[in-house]
Amino acid sequence: MTKYLVIIAHSPNGWTDASPEQRQRWHQNHIDFHRVVGEHLLAGEALAGVDTATTLRHGDAGWAMTDGPYAESSEVIGGFYLLEADHLDQVTTWCELLPDCYALEIRPCVTVDGLDG
Amino acid sequence: MPDLETVWREEWGRLLALLLAQTRRLDLAEDALADAFEAAARRWPIDGPPESPAAWLVTVARRRIVDRQRAEAIAARKMPLIAVEEQQRESTVSDDGHDLLRLVLLAAHPALAPEAGAALTLRLVLGVATADIARLFLVSEPTMAARLTRARKKVVAAGVPFAIPEPEVLASRLDTVALVAYLAFTAGYAPGSGPDVVRIDLAGEAIRLVELVRTNDVAAERNPALVGLHALMVLQHSRRFARTSADGSLVLLDDQDRRLWRFDEIDRALHLMTPLIGRSSTLSAVAQSFLLQAMIAAVHATAPTAADTDWVRIAALYAELEALTGSPVVRLNRAVAVAQAQGPAVGLGILDGLDDELGGSHRLPAVRAELLARAGRSEEALTAYSLAIERCDNAPERAALLKRVQAFGSCHVDPGSGPIPVDVASATQFPGS
Repeated sequence: MTKYLVIIAHSPNGWTDASPEQRQRWHQNHIDFHRVVGEHLLAGEALAGVDTATTLRHGDAGWAMTDGPYAESSEVIGGFYLLEADHLDQVTTWCELLPDCYALEIRPCVTVDGLDG
Repeated sequence: MPDLETVWREEWGRLLALLLAQTRRLDLAEDALADAFEAAARRWPIDGPPESPAAWLVTVARRRIVDRQRAEAIAARKMPLIAVEEQQRESTVSDDGHDLLRLVLLAAHPALAPEAGAALTLRLVLGVATADIARLFLVSEPTMAARLTRARKKVVAAGVPFAIPEPEVLASRLDTVALVAYLAFTAGYAPGSGPDVVRIDLAGEAIRLVELVRTNDVAAERNPALVGLHALMVLQHSRRFARTSADGSLVLLDDQDRRLWRFDEIDRALHLMTPLIGRSSTLSAVAQSFLLQAMIAAVHATAPTAADTDWVRIAALYAELEALTGSPVVRLNRAVAVAQAQGPAVGLGILDGLDDELGGSHRLPAVRAELLARAGRSEEALTAYSLAIERCDNAPERAALLKRVQAFGSCHVDPGSGPIPVDVASATQFPGS
């Protein structure tokens, strides 16, 4: 089993501009995803808007804190799921249940020696 | 004694697939199989050839894998993997062709960039040496070695499965396999630079790949994208001996000695593609694209002379292909076909607006120059020729352009004698279903 982080990116106004029916369908997509992935789903959170983001970046003078997200992008990170699966195809199959307005980045997690509980 | 090189060519992919099925360790399996072939090169001339070369190689490779796993286990201060050894001694060489299909689907997985997938497929499935893949793709050996290493790492880290997906997903995966094979084939038939007009070796390897996959699995054998591609490749490849003259220069389709074409291969390709014709609406976009290209190649291949070519039919097929793919390269080819059917002025009109998309290519000014020359607009033709020559990196094509300028006045156009080069962008445009 490998742990995978699924990062959800979407257009910032996607949800606010959507019709109630659209939102209902997207909610249902998430419910289906939860049901199908079951116990393989380890964690998942929706994130508050990018206007609430704070970025920490290390520079010459140490850590600098700035307002806002780090991505200069029209799409923003809206949430994530952490799940475990045997292989990539299993993850992509599950992720196809999620709302089609998303772009999803799937990244395997690595184990860092010495950091395991 | 069995020729070791033949055993390598015929068995590499199947044996690697088998070892991978048992170990699930791409790194171990690949190294161990290479070691086994090396051992065979030393031992067979002395000990005599084994009764079953494949079984001999697998046994040696398995022993290497167990050695490595034991060393790893000791390094990790865990129990030696005696159980693994016992279990592996039990299994024998299986004839399950599905292992090979799993390997092909692993190397040509859509999570890999198409060029990386093409290189990895040649390496893993056909056992082509890294140095040869580098030569075929016109990059340095260290560059290709690094590209292959990245691709292997992605396969292992991202967990690309060594498995055959459900039938409905399998069809789209086989479409990806076909695109990867096509990319290798195109690199052989339309080299962007270098001394060769055609790199027959690479085109031949791509055909071998498709044949190997199709003969090993029923779903692959019938997959329309693979069948259409197979027919297209064989049709293009059937002209290989006529495409270059004795001095290595390019011979355009109109000037080719048709007696040098391999008509047995042309017949085979026509036979292959016939069942697909008329089924367009049920085919994936990738399959339709290959079938249309094969149908165009078939019109050329079945014309008794260049003058007998049915350009109206070819122009119509290109129009269909352009509607399907939106590719500027297809439009360029359509312009040539339309010029042949309706005259250069109509063809020139179709070239309008292509400069943005094909700005850096030498093919656009080369075609424009030919059509301008035929329309009697000599001065503009010469300007376009200069631009084409300036941009052309392929030595024989450049020589052909220079010759054309010198022999100005007896111009004609090479009408789509090669496959349509596919770049990564247009390869990924296909929806894959």
